[in-house]
Amino acid sequence: MSERSERTDRHSSERSGVRSTRFEHVLQLGDDALVAAQRLSEWVSRAPELEEDMALANIALDELGQARLLLSYAAEIEGAGRTEDDLAYLRTDREFRNCQLVELPDSRSAGGGAPDFAVTIAKLLCFSAYQHLLYQRLSDCGDERLAAIARKAVKETAYHLDHATLWTLRLGDGTEESHRRVQAAVDEVWPYTHELFEADDRAEVDPASLRDAWLSTVEKVLAEATLTRPGDGWAPTGGRSGIHTEALSYLLGEMQSLHRAHPGATW
Amino acid sequence: MSGEGGGGQDWPLWEVFVRPRRGLNHSHVGSLHAPDAELALRNARDLYTRRQEGVSIWVVPASAITASSPDEKDAFFDPAGDKAYRHPTFYHVPEGVEHL
Repeated sequence: MSERSERTDRHSSERSGVRSTRFEHVLQLGDDALVAAQRLSEWVSRAPELEEDMALANIALDELGQARLLLSYAAEIEGAGRTEDDLAYLRTDREFRNCQLVELPDSRSAGGGAPDFAVTIAKLLCFSAYQHLLYQRLSDCGDERLAAIARKAVKETAYHLDHATLWTLRLGDGTEESHRRVQAAVDEVWPYTHELFEADDRAEVDPASLRDAWLSTVEKVLAEATLTRPGDGWAPTGGRSGIHTEALSYLLGEMQSLHRAHPGATW
Repeated sequence: MSGEGGGGQDWPLWEVFVRPRRGLNHSHVGSLHAPDAELALRNARDLYTRRQEGVSIWVVPASAITASSPDEKDAFFDPAGDKAYRHPTFYHVPEGVEHL
């Protein structure tokens, strides 16, 4: 092999390495949004109130919109002929790159599997505060396409955070029962928030750099809601490399069943 | 939480007014249930401005509204029926004036 072609080879493999890193990062963002949307949409027709039903459905649709933009972009970066639908419907759980927080069921482990609105709100508070900070920072990142998606999403996530904040305050500082339930919910989801901030210096925005700002937002809400901020101990992880809780498999089973039974089905 | 008491039956009713765009008045668009004013405003945003119907929202506790009674309809409104001079029909409206 001539010196010149060796150099070209190395150059092109570096470029494909960069491309697969970018693909992974956009995929992470897209999978976070997609799985959060699917989990939230489980409340449709079952929320405590009609008004809250609409609010949660709106938030889920915002997330789904973000997921579509991000997964379409990821598919383009990959350049292997896959589409957003292929990424959403034809990957298995081990190929998903979402954080474990968004796949967690809306029930508490001690709750016998019944959905608990307090868990939804605790997850939404932690997740939307993270997403909002991340999209703010991505809004002026070097990747123009990603920045444009982030600028749209930053307004949406501001509202999600506002919604979660108002409910956390009302549940935390509400009745004895609502306080007990939302405290239990925050305690249960807190360990899963560590994964959001794992250092990744190859990402457009290193998630680790968001943790201080995230903590100051969330700790302020918890304090005002008369809730105790859980301690930092156990920190489950693995979502970014495809290791998930069993909850994701069930979620995907439901989300993908129609597409897998009727490939290419459209409305 | 669903099926556990359905607490929202005690949530008060709010009337919602939306201003479709600058220069127009807030109009009544409907009502909703919410535990307090702050959440009523957010619920109104989700229920009544999903399709960009407005630029401003008012929410008012339905209990704060004093309404005329259907029984009083005749005494309230009929006397105005034959007073054509109250209509400003004797003026020419200049061209290009909107929202009159």
